[in-house]
Amino acid sequence: MNALLVPFQYAFMQRAFIAAVTVGLLCSIMGTYVVLRKLSFIGDGIAHASFAGIVIAYIRGMDYYVGAAIVAVGTALGIGFVHRRGNISLDTTIGVLFTAMFALGVFLMSRLRSYAVDLQSFLFGDILSVSVKDVFFIAGLGAIIAITVIILFRALLYTTFDPVVAQASGLPVATIEYVLLVMLALTIIVALQSVGIILVAALLVTPAAAAYQLTSRFAPMMTLAAALGVTSTVGGLYLSYFLQSSSGATIVLLATILFFIAMALKHLRLVRTA
Amino acid sequence: MNAGPADAVAVEHLVVRYDRTLALDDISLELHFGEALGIVGPNGSGKSTLLKSIAGLLAPASGSLCVLGTQPRKVAPGAIAYVPQIEAADWSFPANVWDVVAMARFAHLRFWQHFGEADRRAVEDALRSVNMYDLRERRISQLSGGQQQRVFVARAIAQKPRLLLLDEPTTGVDAETEEALRRVVRSLVADGLPVLMTTHDLERVSDWFDRLLVLDRRVLAIGTPGEVVASGAYASIREHTHTHGHARTA
Repeated sequence: MNALLVPFQYAFMQRAFIAAVTVGLLCSIMGTYVVLRKLSFIGDGIAHASFAGIVIAYIRGMDYYVGAAIVAVGTALGIGFVHRRGNISLDTTIGVLFTAMFALGVFLMSRLRSYAVDLQSFLFGDILSVSVKDVFFIAGLGAIIAITVIILFRALLYTTFDPVVAQASGLPVATIEYVLLVMLALTIIVALQSVGIILVAALLVTPAAAAYQLTSRFAPMMTLAAALGVTSTVGGLYLSYFLQSSSGATIVLLATILFFIAMALKHLRLVRTA
Repeated sequence: MNAGPADAVAVEHLVVRYDRTLALDDISLELHFGEALGIVGPNGSGKSTLLKSIAGLLAPASGSLCVLGTQPRKVAPGAIAYVPQIEAADWSFPANVWDVVAMARFAHLRFWQHFGEADRRAVEDALRSVNMYDLRERRISQLSGGQQQRVFVARAIAQKPRLLLLDEPTTGVDAETEEALRRVVRSLVADGLPVLMTTHDLERVSDWFDRLLVLDRRVLAIGTPGEVVASGAYASIREHTHTHGHARTA
């Protein structure tokens, strides 16, 4: 029994668990909207683009989070604008522009002679390196996002299901969509340190997609997604301690296992969703 | 035109384009309170475009739209109820019948306001009026086409709008459902609601509508169903719709 509690005696592990709970909750709550609005490619695009912000912030001696957040929010608003204009395919825009932003980040990083901080940890995540300052940052942003979801809960639900009719009935659909994209960008920034740029899209999509298999209404789907998300992040962190594996990868693999269990339960009709 | 502020909708010389394609050309019409105006025309004639313009979903290239005394996008929240074609919705969404109809009340509620007894009553009454109350807990992915149509009409009714726009609500429904929908719409009209509705079904226009508009990007005829039939424009559309209309569906 004591062996199982060993991880909690280290302060860095305690901070990592706080980060894991927050990231698991936020990603799966926002992921519910991502899955139902089919925004997973957008999440991936924002995450990749933010890498350029991290590197530029490093070169300029700024806080990484600030650089990443500026680029991520700017990217999200740009995507929203292209999406609403509808002239160019959104897939194409993300495929061209945001992979280019990622390439810019890699390019700038490769020209640096030496870097004191391992920028690669942003690619694959390193939840064990979460500092006290990071914990406050993650918790603060998390609180802002949670309060916004509560305030906009009904509007987000209606515009996710039927944006056209919602707009006809007088809801400010464009504004709500921009707010959602900014929240998505901030969620990705919060999650970057834990799971990294490459894997953050999985944490957005997988718990919500698993919950979708097993539920038939929106609020239960979001609740179950949150439970699966926290199980993945906390369980993945815990497993990675004993397996001495990458925390980000372990978290995502655990989420994937939960997803396949959910699919099997639905397929075997062990859970009624009708 | 004798469009006045007393009209629910007044459209004057409306032109709508999609990029370079002319979708609506010089449309003028007015819709009175307590009147059902039917819009008929072949596929691609701009019927849905006209409804969307009045709902404030499309910006006109030129011309003017006055809806409930103001511009479409300045109408008070909850005042316009729009029923799209059912193909427009994501029926795999995790929601049951009650959830979808309840969304209609969201336009009236501030975030701190509870979904109260009056809201529940509005949803229940709307579901009963289209005979969907017994299926209120059914997941929407399990509904037939006719049931989907009734859910969308119920959602519009639950909103308690001051203007109702319906886009082909009778497509693919059986005779019984169509009659149920017709009775619901006629009773709303009798209570003073203005209704604008597109339809493919040319058989029962005089049962549904007080006036009829024949559209093919331009207004070919407008008047009582009897006047429109007598004008001959209706006959040409009728033939057009039957011989070419379905072939033009993309």
